[in-house]
Amino acid sequence: MSAIVSAEGVSQVYEVKRGLFAKAAGLKAVKEASFTVEEGETLAIVGESGCGKSTLARILTMIEEPTEGHLTIDGIDISAGRSSDVKRLRSTVQIVFQNPYGALNPRQKVGAIIEEPLKINSKLSRAERREKAKDMLAQVGLRPEHYDRYPHMFSGGQRQRIAIARALILDPKILVLDEPVSALDVSIQASVLNLLADLQDRLKLTYIFISHDLSVVKHVADRVLVMYLGRPVEIAPKAALYSEPKHPYTKALLSATPATNPDDRGERIRLTGELPSPFDPPPGCSFNPRCPHANERCRTERPVLTEHGPTRVACFAVDEGRI
Amino acid sequence: MSHVEADEAREGIGAGIEDRKAKVSPRRQMLKEFWYYFSENKGAVVGLYVFIAIILIAIFAPVLAPYDATAQNRGALLVPPVWADNGSWAYILGTDAVGRDMLSRLIYGARYSLTIGLVVVTLAVTVGISVGLIAGYVRGWVDIVIMRLMDIILAFPSLLLALVLVAVLGPGLLNAMIAIALVLQPHFVRLTRASVMAEKQREYVTAARVVGASPLRLMVVTILPNCLGPLIVQATLSFSSAILDAAALGFLGLGAQPPTPEWGTMLADAQEFVLRAWWVVTFPGLAILITVLAINLVGDGLRDALDPKMKRS
Repeated sequence: MSAIVSAEGVSQVYEVKRGLFAKAAGLKAVKEASFTVEEGETLAIVGESGCGKSTLARILTMIEEPTEGHLTIDGIDISAGRSSDVKRLRSTVQIVFQNPYGALNPRQKVGAIIEEPLKINSKLSRAERREKAKDMLAQVGLRPEHYDRYPHMFSGGQRQRIAIARALILDPKILVLDEPVSALDVSIQASVLNLLADLQDRLKLTYIFISHDLSVVKHVADRVLVMYLGRPVEIAPKAALYSEPKHPYTKALLSATPATNPDDRGERIRLTGELPSPFDPPPGCSFNPRCPHANERCRTERPVLTEHGPTRVACFAVDEGRI
Repeated sequence: MSHVEADEAREGIGAGIEDRKAKVSPRRQMLKEFWYYFSENKGAVVGLYVFIAIILIAIFAPVLAPYDATAQNRGALLVPPVWADNGSWAYILGTDAVGRDMLSRLIYGARYSLTIGLVVVTLAVTVGISVGLIAGYVRGWVDIVIMRLMDIILAFPSLLLALVLVAVLGPGLLNAMIAIALVLQPHFVRLTRASVMAEKQREYVTAARVVGASPLRLMVVTILPNCLGPLIVQATLSFSSAILDAAALGFLGLGAQPPTPEWGTMLADAQEFVLRAWWVVTFPGLAILITVLAINLVGDGLRDALDPKMKRS
């Protein structure tokens, strides 16, 4: 196995205008994110709203260019910004969005939606495209007769299948799934997740699975990356993360996941305070105002990801053996 | 589709079943639904019938009109309509000061009014949508320049601006139409820009961008079809204001030139007879009123029928 995606210090800063005379503020949505994704694995990215998960997804799919850092996908450095590279990577990385109701053009028929990537990126004839699209419909568990229908005639789960079909029609190696099931019913979630697992086996796909739902992540992920305020705070294999989370934030996050079995319910760690403003992050470790283990060092120095067994974690308390 | 159905599809169960598609095609179903909501508005339906009648009159003008629109009869000057004293069946709506049949002139006038509406709306819509699409999609300084220009045009009283333009271009029907189109297109620019800005944020646009759609394709193929609803309504309403403005320009002597049987021009020619021969002024005015009213009613009905918020179920 080799790394198909590797990010080094990737940052994204948005300029936000605050009124006519105020100086524009820089909103750091993603800060110095470094991680790798192995070929064929599922890397889950978790964190609460506003922690930069979706921004990371937009960077990975080249919707946005990172303001800093290097991002290498399938051996091509996209931060170099050559349009020929970006064009080649179009068929390597694709994305499935969270909201299946907004992700499909209401004026296009399903067939046209699935064929659009082919129309733009290949020289296939109309008949060949049609055949490929119908084949893809079958792959995602839809019927060939759905080809001529409009998106509004489908349920949420079906629409997500259509979105997956569109993402897969160019035979990508990497699929970025931006909360693909959080807008769906629980029963539909399961069927879409099973479909995704099937497709990964069959097509040898690499998934980057973005979610805030830790129980879903437990079901699909190989490794998990936990983000807080734009920074990765812990990267660990799934088993290690769920059995012995290292970072205090990960622990709090896991303790907040509802469990059906009463014996599995641990002590609920309640975080005090609120998520700091990304305009004005606290000095030192960004988690220090809410962290029960914070000391003077945490308030001044910034921890970096260091290895502790299979886990890489950015926390001084773990480094120093305080927890 | 439920996950059961998905499993079925994967295993090929039910593959032998004929297409489950409903018999009615989606387009026809949409049309049917549209007519259902449109016909709820009785005024709009009446307006539509009147409008269709006017179109038919315009098309079959040579068949319907009893006289040539410009033929003068020196023996029958200012003959009153048939129901008034001294009226005659030869001239049902009377004649004007040079003995031309009012009815024939009004029938031919429908042709001019509809042509004006059509040409002006086509011009304004094409220019307005293209400019608005660019402004809403590109944003930045392009947007600022375009929108300030449109604001300037909108700040003038529309008739005054049209007057100035006609004065520059020279009087005549074609120039009047160009001037009116220019005055009307900022509305289309604003409307298109607003819808494009809203649609551009939607995920299906991002999805199209991820697969490498060019900006032109995004604008025309992906975004534009989703912005058409309000534009259709605006186009209908502009049709009537175009007719009205053209009549006003005609009345001021800057639109169609005599002896063209354009309704506004007819009004202008007749102003000195307002007290002596009421029919010469009233009928062209009525014709304008009925046409504009009918089109406005249709526009209102269209707005209701195309607005998803008005729909039940």
